[in-house]
Amino acid sequence: MKLTLRIWRQHGSSGRLVEYVMDDLSPDMSFLEALDVLNEKLILAGEEPVAFDHDCREGICGMCGVMINGVAHGPQKATTACQLHLRHFKDGDVLTVEPWRADPFPVVRDLVVDRSAFDRIIAAGGYVSVPTGSAPDAHALPVPKPDADTAFEAAACIGCGACVAACPNGSAMLFTAAKATHLGVLPQGQPERYQRARNMVAEHDALGFGGCTNTGECTSVCPKGIPLTTIARLNADLLKAHTTRSDR
Amino acid sequence: MSFHTEGPPIADQRVPAGPIETRWDRRRFSARLVNPANRRNRTVIVVGTGLAGGSAAATLGELGYRVKSFCYQDSPRRAHSIAAQGGINAAKNYRNDGDSVHRLFYDTVKGGDFRSRESNVHRLAQISVEIIDQCVAQGVPFAREYGGLLDTRSFGGAQVSRTFYARGQTGQQLLLGAYQALERQINAGRVEMHARHEMLDLVVVDGRARGIVVRDLVSGEISTHFADAVVLATGGYGNVFHLSTNAKGCNTTAIWRAHRRGALFANPCFTQIHPTCIPISGDHQSKLTLMSESLRNDGRVWVPKNPHDTRKSNDIPEAERDYFLERMYPSFGNLVPRDIASRAAKNISDEKRGVYLDFADALKRLGPLAVEERYGNLFEMYQRITGDDPYKVPMRIYPAVHYTMGGLWVDYDLRSNIPGLYVIGEANFSDHGANRLGASALMQGLADGYFVLPGVIGDYLADGPFEDLDDAHPAVADTVSEVRGRIKTLLAVDGDRTVESFHRELGRLMWDECGMERNEAGLRKALERIPELREEFWQRVKVPGSGAELNQQLEKAGRVADFFELAELMCVDALHREESCGGHFRSESQTPDGEALRDDARFSYVAAWEFTGEKPVLHKEELVFEHVQPTTRSYA
Repeated sequence: MKLTLRIWRQHGSSGRLVEYVMDDLSPDMSFLEALDVLNEKLILAGEEPVAFDHDCREGICGMCGVMINGVAHGPQKATTACQLHLRHFKDGDVLTVEPWRADPFPVVRDLVVDRSAFDRIIAAGGYVSVPTGSAPDAHALPVPKPDADTAFEAAACIGCGACVAACPNGSAMLFTAAKATHLGVLPQGQPERYQRARNMVAEHDALGFGGCTNTGECTSVCPKGIPLTTIARLNADLLKAHTTRSDR
Repeated sequence: MSFHTEGPPIADQRVPAGPIETRWDRRRFSARLVNPANRRNRTVIVVGTGLAGGSAAATLGELGYRVKSFCYQDSPRRAHSIAAQGGINAAKNYRNDGDSVHRLFYDTVKGGDFRSRESNVHRLAQISVEIIDQCVAQGVPFAREYGGLLDTRSFGGAQVSRTFYARGQTGQQLLLGAYQALERQINAGRVEMHARHEMLDLVVVDGRARGIVVRDLVSGEISTHFADAVVLATGGYGNVFHLSTNAKGCNTTAIWRAHRRGALFANPCFTQIHPTCIPISGDHQSKLTLMSESLRNDGRVWVPKNPHDTRKSNDIPEAERDYFLERMYPSFGNLVPRDIASRAAKNISDEKRGVYLDFADALKRLGPLAVEERYGNLFEMYQRITGDDPYKVPMRIYPAVHYTMGGLWVDYDLRSNIPGLYVIGEANFSDHGANRLGASALMQGLADGYFVLPGVIGDYLADGPFEDLDDAHPAVADTVSEVRGRIKTLLAVDGDRTVESFHRELGRLMWDECGMERNEAGLRKALERIPELREEFWQRVKVPGSGAELNQQLEKAGRVADFFELAELMCVDALHREESCGGHFRSESQTPDGEALRDDARFSYVAAWEFTGEKPVLHKEELVFEHVQPTTRSYA
């Protein structure tokens, strides 16, 4: 099948869209495999290949991610770019491929961006403080199945950054809320629950991510379907952290 | 012609004698400690941030050591442990189904086809219990029963239900637990994190591992980092086959460079081929995707009785299906170990047709909701890749390279033969023998990182801190100059073939001659072809761009260059081991039924290879079995 890819090329501080016509693609290829094919051609033609992040190619590591025609990870719901297959496009389609765009995610090169801000949000409180060796028996603390399921659903976040790329405000609230929810609904996460919410959100704001205005773009592009209710939970914890807790 | 020479035998000097049940306790007691105030003066480098490296860096930070952590990905959370699906074993016996530390130990030694060390495996089984406690306390959302307690399931090679899981994302959840613990230490200033940095060489000074040379993958800058000890947790080398279930970036460079600096490489030919992967769809294929072994709990594997049957799977009546695993291995059925299931599939079908993994019975028995609960995300993944709906048609699966049991040789303390160089997780060779059981990789990675390494590394660090180093030291300067020279050479070739084309060709050769089944003629052929191909690589490879920028082709070129050297050693190892065991099947050594035929009289040893630049030198470590009598593995 044939596709025309208009790809953002950037080396240094400015970039532009460059058009590539690909006419020997297979519908069974993944989107990233189409980029592989393009790069092989570019290299042999003496041109610079397109830089893009990717690793597991199974939709779980969270390393890949590009805007395809303005949609983070492309048109297929709940699917990362590496798991998006060309059978979801029509022969002859023109696709505009761009990196995530948000101030806290500076472009490194072409489609590669720096998402280390996400690590800093986790470092600010996205954990349970339990040094190795200090754990009680795993069955000492039963967890009601519905709570475990809610925690799991939120914990499925892969930290790809699609939520930020999709948000008109450049907010990372869905990412932050996913972690706050995962740990906040489990009994293990209770002692640090409010402090965690407060510290992660403070770091989120300091890094330059925008505020959440409940547009819901984030959850609609999230490859793992993290629900918007996680943000409601985070806001509730935040409110409590700032009003009732003695450690505020 | 022989491709190797033999040197003196080696032995593990650190394992205590006496009752196996108390060896780990006694080793921890005999190991020297570093007092908390002095730990601040000891620096440890940890390369890799998967389950082993992430948990080790976090734990060493908690203990008060100064830690420097490195990964090639943009964040420590992306290490490929994240893709492990099925689960993690632990001898909790929560099911009351007869499990125990001894049974997990026994199953693992037997599953490894009697090519692992009893002491290491026993320790692993003991520690398995603490791992689950630790992970639950971190908030890892394991699957739970309605009563709030942890759920378990069965995995290949076991008749008890001891595998803890978090849907099909167990690796992800365990890794995030370790990653969060690591970020906590980073925030506390105890761990210095270097993401997007790739280790390109090991610095050895006066016989001790003292640091690493890394390339900043964004700026291209080459720099050195020094420490009192270096821990490699850089995973396996399955990508030598080009197509595997490994992430695209997984590579052998860190352990191969350490091998070239003197670390012994043990059992490189022990590679695991996983039976349930999605078949290849075309020449563009860039990697293979695993479907968790847990699917074999409820899915039934079959092929049409007539190999030329062209009907669609659902049109083939029950009587014309061959449920070959259930037929050949009635007591373990679809849950035989991976090596056995893979070879059975290969012998009965080929990589284009694959075999069917069918959930029709399970859907009838359990209902679609229960099936979705257990396997929903795996079914979705399958549908995304193939376009077929596994709730309606059986999945098509085929074996693919998945894990490498071989790795750098380590003693009971996980220390290589280079003082100060520790190797943990898949990067070492120690616990799985010739075949790893399902759900044991996560167990080993976390055992090494959370408990074993932190429990004994003090014994070495007690001798430190060692002398301060800088780039002017001759040994350091030489290493840096070699790294720079290599990059310059790769960029200077400017040939007419891409790195990818060489990787693909090497991988095909390895899959054909050193894959699921090996024989002398094929291995000799590969040993002739690999050096030719490697020569061609250095004459014709084309690496665009420069070394002073983000250059993904340059990264890949360096990795493939090392795969060429490793591939040769794998074939030498496979050729010398004239027996079949676990994942290493030599067609000359099989029973009349076509099962693997071990030769304990000649090959009950670990093959540890020394790099010389000429023929590799074999050092044998004899394996002693005092608690599990080596028998022919039978899963019938």
